[in-house]
Amino acid sequence: MSYSDKVIDHYENPRNVGSLDKDANDVGTGIVGAPECGDVMKLQIQVDDEGVIREAKFKTFGCGSAIASSSLATEWLKGRTLDEATEIRNSDIATELALPPVKIHCSVLAEDAIKQAIEDFQSKKND
Amino acid sequence: MSDTAIYMDNQATTPLDPRVLKAMLPYFEEHFGNAASRSHGFGWTAEKAVENARLLIADALGAQSRELIFTSGATESNNLAILGAARMYQSRGKHIVTAATEHKAVLDPFLYLQNQGWEMTVLDVDEFGRVSPENLRSALREDTTLVSIMHGNNEVGTLHPIAEIGAICHEHGALFHCDATQTLGKENVNVEEMNIDLLSCSAHKLYGPKGVGALYIRRRNPRVRLEPLFHGGGHERGFRSGTLNVPGVVGLATALEICLEDMDTEQARIRVMRDRLQHRLLSELDYTHLNGHPEERLATNLNISFEFVEGESMLMGMDGIAVSSGSACTSASLEPSYVLRALGVGDDKAHSSIRFSLGRFNTEAEVEEVADRTIATVQRLREMSPLYEMAQEGINIASVNWSAH
Repeated sequence: MSYSDKVIDHYENPRNVGSLDKDANDVGTGIVGAPECGDVMKLQIQVDDEGVIREAKFKTFGCGSAIASSSLATEWLKGRTLDEATEIRNSDIATELALPPVKIHCSVLAEDAIKQAIEDFQSKKND
Repeated sequence: MSDTAIYMDNQATTPLDPRVLKAMLPYFEEHFGNAASRSHGFGWTAEKAVENARLLIADALGAQSRELIFTSGATESNNLAILGAARMYQSRGKHIVTAATEHKAVLDPFLYLQNQGWEMTVLDVDEFGRVSPENLRSALREDTTLVSIMHGNNEVGTLHPIAEIGAICHEHGALFHCDATQTLGKENVNVEEMNIDLLSCSAHKLYGPKGVGALYIRRRNPRVRLEPLFHGGGHERGFRSGTLNVPGVVGLATALEICLEDMDTEQARIRVMRDRLQHRLLSELDYTHLNGHPEERLATNLNISFEFVEGESMLMGMDGIAVSSGSACTSASLEPSYVLRALGVGDDKAHSSIRFSLGRFNTEAEVEEVADRTIATVQRLREMSPLYEMAQEGINIASVNWSAH
């Protein structure tokens, strides 16, 4: 398996690794995947009163492409409004990282994690 | 990827020993003759080299030279043994037996036969990867014609009790095929003591060249017959038509001769290095597990699951070190290792497995470097693993309701 330079860069210098307080009201958490499938992504966003994502963090168990997909997602999320965040497509991530066909599911997971994090944040707001 | 500096994937293939290459070269150059040419010296020289090689290998196996044929490698030997014996003896019965952890070059011919109307039994293995002789005994039937069990496993290194397995097969009148690809030149292999009727091996696992192997076919008690796969010039007593790979055959024999010269000393040296690597990885990292049998295991093999980190990402972090993983991401099938699954290792831990396989040319310094790099990579990846974080928080990963995908 050969990796694109961008995948290697994100793997070697992952952006925004870490965790936010999942119980905080301004934090949304998405956890997708399963250990027996070989990848689990945790993606968290912190949203300000204007609905802008101020902070994004990830932790990922998975291959280099999964790590790169979630790292890139956090990079793209910061500074976006929630509406803009929902526009991130897995195909954008796959294209940016030049993922081969067998690794497309890594980008799908990242999109799912973004959606789940947003849903989690919004469900807290509605409570 | 940078140039690989440390090779620790010797169960995939071994480097060619320079002494083997030296022995082979004349048979590419001045002694290029066809071993089947009977009418001139070029042929006689080639034939003599082949027969010397045959005698040497047969002798090492406790066999006669007439019982050994040369093939293109262990995959061909396994196919010829399994398909050849099953077809030849199909009037006696169509039940065949193997084990869940066999190499694909055994399992796939079995599945092929099953599709052709044979009935197959696949024996389970225990948590260490061993076939139970009692399970084998109860699987054997009147119409069982062939049993195929490997000597040493390619992923976890587990050694099966071959002599006992062979004896049980013979009590029940079934032929016993043993794939000894991983053990020849590393463990004692003797077809008489181990009750083997058919034995496969390959040169490139014992510091010989790729593209050549051998099949032992018993001639007495019982005389084993096979339906050939290749039809042509009737080479190798009709079992395997095709011009012999003379340099390869010379390479196989020379490689085996070198292995046997000081096999015990070499294996002891490798075992010390393997044990050192095992000790460092298991003692300096938490949540690590040895896969395979703790004792009855090839001295070259070390298969470890590093929980909460995925195998392919580990390989990426250990750039410059050649090892392999049971993770799905590194296989063509996108399934985690079926061998580890057969041992009852969960898919999550199979995804986290790395196989280190040591060999003749590894050094103590390399072992220390591989240990250092592995430990550093696992620690780095665990820092970004949500599963490790959960484990640290005391959450049982298995109790979480994961969204399978």
